[in-house]
Amino acid sequence: MDQSRRNVLRAGGGASLFALLASAGMLLPEAALAADWNQKAFEAKNLKDALDALGAGSPVTSNDIVMTAPEIAENGAVVPIAATSKLPGTESIAFLIAKNPTALAANFDIPSGTEPSVSTRVKLAQTTDVHVLVKAQGKYYITKKEIKVTIGGCGG
Amino acid sequence: MADPMRIRAVAKDGNVNVKILMAHEMETGQRKDSAGKPIPAHFIQHVSATWEGKVVLSATWGTAIAKNPFLEFSFKGGKKGDKIQVTWTDNKGDKRTDEATIN
Repeated sequence: MDQSRRNVLRAGGGASLFALLASAGMLLPEAALAADWNQKAFEAKNLKDALDALGAGSPVTSNDIVMTAPEIAENGAVVPIAATSKLPGTESIAFLIAKNPTALAANFDIPSGTEPSVSTRVKLAQTTDVHVLVKAQGKYYITKKEIKVTIGGCGG
Repeated sequence: MADPMRIRAVAKDGNVNVKILMAHEMETGQRKDSAGKPIPAHFIQHVSATWEGKVVLSATWGTAIAKNPFLEFSFKGGKKGDKIQVTWTDNKGDKRTDEATIN
C-alpha cells in the first residue's frame, strides 16, 4: 500500500478545519456535507431495493437513453461507461450495477443548461447488467446492457 | 489533503466540455488487507461543479466508482477565460476544491 500518501491524507485532514467540519457532519447527518447522499439507496444490495430507495419504482424501458460501455471488460476495476439521455427535461442520470455488492454506483443531477450526458469509470465485481436510470419530467426511464468481466473489480 | 484534481475545460460551439481526474483511493470496504482485516471504506460521496457561481453538475457516488475517478460532462454558456470550480467530499469528511480556467 502507498503508506506515505495515507499519512499525508491523515495529517492534512487532522490539522485542518475539515476535521471540524467532518465531525459536525457526522453528528448531524442533515448537515451540508452529505446533504443529499441517499444512504438507503447507496446501501441497497440489489437493483430493486436501490430503485425503490431512489423513488423510481418500476421505471419504463426506454430506447432514448444511449449507454456507451464495452461488451467485455478485461479488468473489472476500471470500466468506462457513459450515458446520454435524449428524453426532454432530463433531471438526473444514475448508474446501477445489478451484481455489485451495492447496486447504485452514481447519481448525477443535471441542472438546466447542462447536457444530459455523463461519462465515468466504474468497478464491476463480475459479469453483470449495468442499468442507466433517467429521471425526466418527473418520470423514470431505464435501459440496460450486459458487460462481461474477465477479472473482478472488488476482490481482495 | 489529497492531491489536486486535474481539470480540463474546453469551450466549443457555445458548449464547455469538462474532464476531471481526481486522486482518490475509492476503497469499497469490501477488501481485506494481508492480515485478513477488512479495509474500511473510503470513497468520494459528493461531487459538484460550478461555473460563475451556478451549479453545472452535482453528483452523489457510491463505492463502485473506480479508483482515481474520471468524470466528463458538458454545459452550455461558458466561454474561454471563465473559471469553473470542482469540489468533492468523501465519507471521512475530507474535501478538496480545485479551479480551472476554460480554454
